Amino acid sequence: MIRSSVTIAVAELKIAYRNQWVVTAVALMTLFGLILAFAGSAPAGTLGVDRLTLTVSSLATLCVYLVPLIALLLSYDGFAGEAERGSLPLLFTYPASRFALLAGKYLAQLVILAIAVFAGFGITAGVVWSVDGGSSDGFALLFRLQWSATLLGAGFLALGAALSAASRQTGTAASLAIAVWLLAVVMYDVGLLGAVVADDGGTFTKSVFPWLLLANPTDAFRLFVLQAVDATVPGTGPQAAVQMLDVPAFVPVAIMTAWVIVFLALALASLRRAEG
Amino acid sequence: MNPAVRIDHVTKRYGAIAAVDGVSLNLAAGETLALLGPNGAGKSTLIKMILGLTDPSDGNIEVLGSPPGSHAARQSAAYLPENVIFHKSLTGHEQLTMFARLKGQPKASVQHLLERVALAEAMHARIGTYSKGMRQKLGLAQVLLGQPKIAILDEPTSGLDPLSREMFYRMISELAGAGCAVLLSSHALTELEARTDRIAILRRGKLVACDRLSALRAAAGLPVRLRVEIRNGQADDVASKLGGQRVNGQAVELVCEARDKVARLADVTRLGRTVADIDVVPPSLEDVYRYYSAAQNEGKTS
Ligand SMILES: Nc1ncnc2c1ncn2[C@@H]1O[C@H](COP(=O)(O)OP(=O)(O)OP(=O)(O)O)[C@@H](O)[C@H]1O
Ligand SMILES: [Mg+2]
Repeated sequence: MIRSSVTIAVAELKIAYRNQWVVTAVALMTLFGLILAFAGSAPAGTLGVDRLTLTVSSLATLCVYLVPLIALLLSYDGFAGEAERGSLPLLFTYPASRFALLAGKYLAQLVILAIAVFAGFGITAGVVWSVDGGSSDGFALLFRLQWSATLLGAGFLALGAALSAASRQTGTAASLAIAVWLLAVVMYDVGLLGAVVADDGGTFTKSVFPWLLLANPTDAFRLFVLQAVDATVPGTGPQAAVQMLDVPAFVPVAIMTAWVIVFLALALASLRRAEG
Repeated sequence: MNPAVRIDHVTKRYGAIAAVDGVSLNLAAGETLALLGPNGAGKSTLIKMILGLTDPSDGNIEVLGSPPGSHAARQSAAYLPENVIFHKSLTGHEQLTMFARLKGQPKASVQHLLERVALAEAMHARIGTYSKGMRQKLGLAQVLLGQPKIAILDEPTSGLDPLSREMFYRMISELAGAGCAVLLSSHALTELEARTDRIAILRRGKLVACDRLSALRAAAGLPVRLRVEIRNGQADDVASKLGGQRVNGQAVELVCEARDKVARLADVTRLGRTVADIDVVPPSLEDVYRYYSAAQNEGKTS
């Protein structure tokens, strides 16, 4: 089982490396990170926090959009592509279990995503710190951002695997992935905020809304990172709403982990049902 | 001895149509069986059920005594799908190494196999650069991994040049010689003739024939052709004497039932030196196939 998964993962990594996926993902993360670090944030010192901390908290907002997108792009083709090429039925006739196939592909994608997050944001933070000097307090926060962003991505990799295993064509899987990204990442918060406005400070706003917000791993992630940031860093929009919630740190982590487990289970179920 | 594959009254329905309809068939170890039938007859569907890729709607299949798709069955079965495209970014060697690992075979066997299917030169090139035939050879190489007990090949020779087909059938007979049960579907009738033990013909999901070619020929009662070459331009003369058909100035063709063949040959030899040569042409597999694929002849043999 482990042997089969490693075999699949090695092949997937080779393919991703040859297709420049690893380089592209790292470059994308670094590029957006640097743009945000130097163009977006307020000048250091004005708020009493160092530049690195400021950068990391704006990277958190970037992650909310970029990490799920990259995760879905990495995973949507995994099974649908093999089904379309006809190599999936062949793999199914090999002694490796379907769980082992899923684990192998998922592991490889997770490695690529982790490389992108750690290298991309590591480079960004390194540049910011060397330009700005200042205190290195932000590095602990950076690490918190890196591993929780990887966990966030892991949930969307699992979601992408589930979509991919349920589709027979890459085209279908790709459109599903885009729809999911728009819904979960872009529309969800907007929709909830709309409801809050309509509710006008009623019970929905006070007791239901924060938890609905938190059920989405992107908001759980944002909360988890910002919990660690000095309260003087101003939050806006959903960010502020999430900060209102006074939940222990394990809650957002548990929510992100739940996404990984639930969608991997769904992916496995589809894969077991899949016919050649 | 138990058959390697036992197919017992198997039906597969897709909505209203029965892609496979009440098929029973056994495949013995060391036997090579060709599965024939027109497009859409249900060959690939039957193959997928044997491999456990899809479940029968009805009936039962056993592969070496285990259910299709079970770990035990997968351990000893090899498959070549109808249309498979491997990942174009991997090299042939890398792809086959992946398959070898999944089958628990040593990496050392990979190189040897690639040499056997004549892919040695291209093995470190990316599969994206392979021709169709080269990809098919790579597919064949993965069939040979780890001495399978059952090999299921869906149109294995499509895209192969004549010499590669030769090589393929040599490999199949080696596999069968080692006790592997081979089932192959094909549309290339002429090349199958001398290379399979039994022929099974599917028509609209039903098994309309399954036997040795000679038995199918006899049961079908297809005529034998005698082609007689005549000296000195006496073809017309001979044709009227023997009741045959003049083909050209030098040849006459006689058509007779298989059981009259010897008597007709005697008629011809009685002509003495007028006859330059005789060819006896038994009904080809193509004739047999055409006969069984025609609607009215369904189910004339067991
Ligand atoms: N997944 C499916 N869903 C619906 N119908 C199917 C499916 N697979 C096969 N069929 C139908 O079953 C019938 C048999 O198809 P199958 O692929 O087994 O034919 P075949 O004998 O392999 O043909 P060919 O020589 O063209 O490869 C066809 O009518 C086909 O449309
Ligand atoms: Mg077919």
